[in-house]
Order: sequence, then structure tokens, then C-alpha cells
Amino acid sequence: MAGFLQQVINGLSLGSIYALIALGYTMVYGIIQLINFAHGDILMVGAYIGFFAVVYLKLNIWWAFIIAMAGASLLGVIIERVAYKPLRNAPRLAALITAIGMSLLLENGGLMILGTDIRSYPVGTITNKQLPLSFLGIQLTATTLQLLILAVTVVMMIILQYIVHYTWTGKAMRAVSYDRDAARLMGINVDETISVTFALGSAFAAVAGILLGLYYNTIQPLMGIMPGLKAFVAAVIGGIGLIPGAMLGGFALGVFETMVSGYWSSKMRDPIVFILLILILLLKPAGLLGRNNTEKV
Amino acid sequence: MLLLKVENLNVYYGAIHALKGITLEVNEGEIVTLIGANGAGKSTTLKTISGLLRPQSGTITYNGEVINGLPAQAIVKKGISHVPEGRRIFPNLTVMENLELGAYLHRSREGMKKSIQEVFRRFPRLRERQKQMAGTLSGGEQQMLAIGRALMSRPKLLLLDEPSMGLAPILVQEIFNIIKEINEQGTTILLVEQNANMALSVAHRGYVLETGRITLTGSAAELISSEDVKKAYLGG
Ligand SMILES: Nc1ncnc2c1ncn2[C@@H]1O[C@H](COP(=O)(O)OP(=O)(O)O)[C@@H](O)[C@H]1O
Ligand SMILES: [Mg+2]
Repeated sequence: MAGFLQQVINGLSLGSIYALIALGYTMVYGIIQLINFAHGDILMVGAYIGFFAVVYLKLNIWWAFIIAMAGASLLGVIIERVAYKPLRNAPRLAALITAIGMSLLLENGGLMILGTDIRSYPVGTITNKQLPLSFLGIQLTATTLQLLILAVTVVMMIILQYIVHYTWTGKAMRAVSYDRDAARLMGINVDETISVTFALGSAFAAVAGILLGLYYNTIQPLMGIMPGLKAFVAAVIGGIGLIPGAMLGGFALGVFETMVSGYWSSKMRDPIVFILLILILLLKPAGLLGRNNTEKV
Repeated sequence: MLLLKVENLNVYYGAIHALKGITLEVNEGEIVTLIGANGAGKSTTLKTISGLLRPQSGTITYNGEVINGLPAQAIVKKGISHVPEGRRIFPNLTVMENLELGAYLHRSREGMKKSIQEVFRRFPRLRERQKQMAGTLSGGEQQMLAIGRALMSRPKLLLLDEPSMGLAPILVQEIFNIIKEINEQGTTILLVEQNANMALSVAHRGYVLETGRITLTGSAAELISSEDVKKAYLGG
């Protein structure tokens, strides 16, 4: 029992990073129906911006988060404007292939500029201690890093919920994602709204990038690939385009993955995740929270 | 006073020539109707006026200013509000959120509250359902919401695309009464309808559109008694 609960704790902290990444996938999909395959690589750029802020600018981790979010947002907006916007009325496959190309560009650009060196955030970037926890009399441990990851994720999610549901920007985002032309008739600037969505999604990716860098204690130019794919799976599990779905999918996948490596084999962890993706696509393509939208006449 | 003038408008969808040089005018205070069969180009006309489509050639002058080529959001801002065909409310947003979005460009709290109260006075059923998801409303209520949402921006010119589509006869009558009332309170209306009878009963003037061309125009009374219109659109 203690072992199982311990896996849940580990799974939730990894899962919350997946959830942060999945939110960006799902927001972008919701608004322009594009799987932004470069999303994982934006995460990598965010992680590096955070790294340079800590190492060269000697800033603390909180400033690193903020600068990384700003930098990644800018990158996300530029990618959308330059690569995706011209294809907005083109067949979806064209945009999808462009997204894959953008991903390769960022990965190889990263390798070229940053080299293949594996870096890590300096010791002491955050204080990492083991904390004893007791749950119904069962002794467990969590690290301060795990708690930081959970706390940051929860705060980011609350901020996102607030933006989406209570601000004009959020209302515009929802309107554009449901019906672009109807949104234009309300006076909403669709291009601006799409940019804001990319900015938000990329800021979330940057936070996830730094958290991943701290969690695995490494950053490298290809670090976004696997978490990006996993988060994509998480978004599909929850129902692509649905914000609560991305959160649920992220947490669920994190716990599932941790269980698979804990109780079965860590070699099976990645293959099982992709088998899960195939099963979801076959059995419930709309995702756990998705339903087939019936139109009302 | 001339409020809207459309001159020699040509609109294409790729190779399809949907509007072939149409010209029409709407004076302030009028209800002008544009009638025609399915596929004649009625919706295309409205979409071009509201900026959802760009014309290949021709001009649209509103209030003395050329507006074709402006983005849709700039045109709403100038006071033209378009209720699209099929209502196009946001089904997963609440009734209240739909109305608020209608005032997206007029977000001052006070003005917004006042506009919402006005819409609720006109459509009491929307007040009762304000917290409901718009997609759960009946067809008639959705049409009321679509009109209410368009009124939130306090337009001078309201473009209505087939407001009676898919509604039971009693609701059609109700919607047309509301259209008349909105007009009497000072909003100019360009009304697109397949239900020519109904449209001509509330309109001052009308245009008949056939495959992208205006084939007939006149006062509502003239059009109702025209043999061509009777044969083609009034079922006899
Ligand atoms: N998105 C579109 N793509 C291609 N052709 C279109 C599109 N929308 C309308 N059309 C064509 O343009 C013509 C006019 O359509 P429309 O304005 O919708 O007619 P109406 O509203 O009078 O029924 C029709 O021949 C229709 O098939
Ligand atoms: Mg039409």
C-alpha cells in the first residue's frame, strides 16, 4: 500500500508536467485545429532560456520562469505568424507537415547552436529535500521539487481557468475556437486571439521545460521530443481541444506511466503509452471527456 | 438618407462567380428585403457587406464611407451587425456569455449592463435562461439569442440572414413582429429571406436576386403584386 501511494505521488508530479504541456497542445488545437508538433521544442527553448537566466544572469528560479515564459511566448507567436498563419486556409495536412518541419528546425537549430552537451541547472537552483509525509498512518516521502512541480502546475491551471472563463481574452478564445466567422462578427480580432493562444500555450511549455530540467536534472536540445509526444497522448486521452481533458489526461498518464515502470518494467513504459494512444483512438477517439457534438437545428 | 450603397459587386468563391455585379441601396430607417431562391447569392451579399468575404470588384459605401476591404471587426465597430444564416450562436457558452460577446467592442460595464437589460426586455425568455448553455435553447430561442447578441453592439444597420429558417409558423410570426419593432425603434434592416411572403409583409422595399444578379426591385407592395414574384416565390 505504501509503495502504491508512493507511486501515485511520483506519478502526479510527472503527470502535472505532462498536463502543463498538454494544455498548450489542446489550446492550439482548439483554436486552429492544428497539432503543433513544435510545441515540445518550444518547451526545450524555454528550459534553455531558464538555464541561461540562472547561470549567466544569476537570477533566481522565479525570474527564470518569468523570462522563459516571455521568451517562449514570443517564439510561439513568431512561429504561428511565420509558419502557420499563411496556411490557415490550406488543407490541414499542409499545416501538419509544416509543424513537423518547424519541430525539426528547432531541434536541429538547437543542436547546432547549443551543441550536444547535456547541461543541468546548477545545484542549489532550488532546495531539494526529502519531506516525510504521513497519509492515514502510512509513511511516504515527497521531495520539495515534487511539491514545487505540483504547486506551480496548480497555480498555472488556476490562472488559465481564470483567463479562459473570466476575461475578455478568454471569451474571445472560446468564441474563436467554436466558430471563427461568428467570432469575427462579434468584432473579435481572430489573428490577435490566435496569437494570444500561442503565447499562453508556449508560456506553459516554458514552465514545463524548466520543471522537466529540474526533475530529470538534464537539459539538452532534444529534451522536448518525448515529453511532447507524451503530452500529446495525454491531450488525446483527455479529449483534444478540451482544457479539463488535458489536465486530466496529463495527470492520468503520469500516474499510469509511473505504475507501469514501478510494477512492470521501465522498458515497457514508453511503448505502453503509445499503445494506449492507439487504443484511445480506436475506442474513444473523442477522448475521455469528449463527446460527439450533435448539432441543434 | 442613404445609409448603405452596394455598387456593381462581384464576389467569387474560387472559380464560382457568386455575385455578378449587384447594386442595391438601403436608406436610413428602412427595412429592405433581399429575396431569392436557395443558392441565389443572398448570404454571400450579406457576408461581403459585413466583411467576412472580400469582393473581387465593386464598392460598398456605408454612411458615406467605403467599407469594402475592411476587416469584419472594423465593420462591426462602424455600426453594422450581422445575424448569420443558421444563427451561429456559441453553443457551449452560456446565454449571458453569448450576449456579452455581442458587446465585445463596447465593454464598458455600464453600457453593457444597459444593453443586456434592453435585450432581456425584448426577449424575456433569454433572461430566464441566461445561465443555460446556448446550445440547449430551442430553435426559436436561439434565433432570439442571435438577434439579441447582434443588438448588443447597438448597430445602426442590422443584417438578418433567414431569421425564419427552420422555425414553426407561430415563431416565425413572433420573430417578424420583433424585426418590425426593432426597426420602428430606429434600426435600419437589410433582411434576407426565402420566405418572400413574410419578408415582403414587413419590408418597405425589396430586391429579387437570381443566380447572382438582381432581377427585380420595387416597393414591397409592387413586388407582392408582381406576377414574376408570385410565380417564383409566393407559390402561385
Ligand atoms: N463557401 C463556398 N464555397 C463555394 N461556393 C459557395 C460557398 N458558399 C456559397 N457558395 C455558392 O455561391 C452561390 C451563392 O450562395 P449563397 O450566397 O449561400 O446563396 P443563398 O444564401 O442565396 O442561398 C451558390 O451557388 C453557392 O453554391
Ligand atoms: Mg443563404
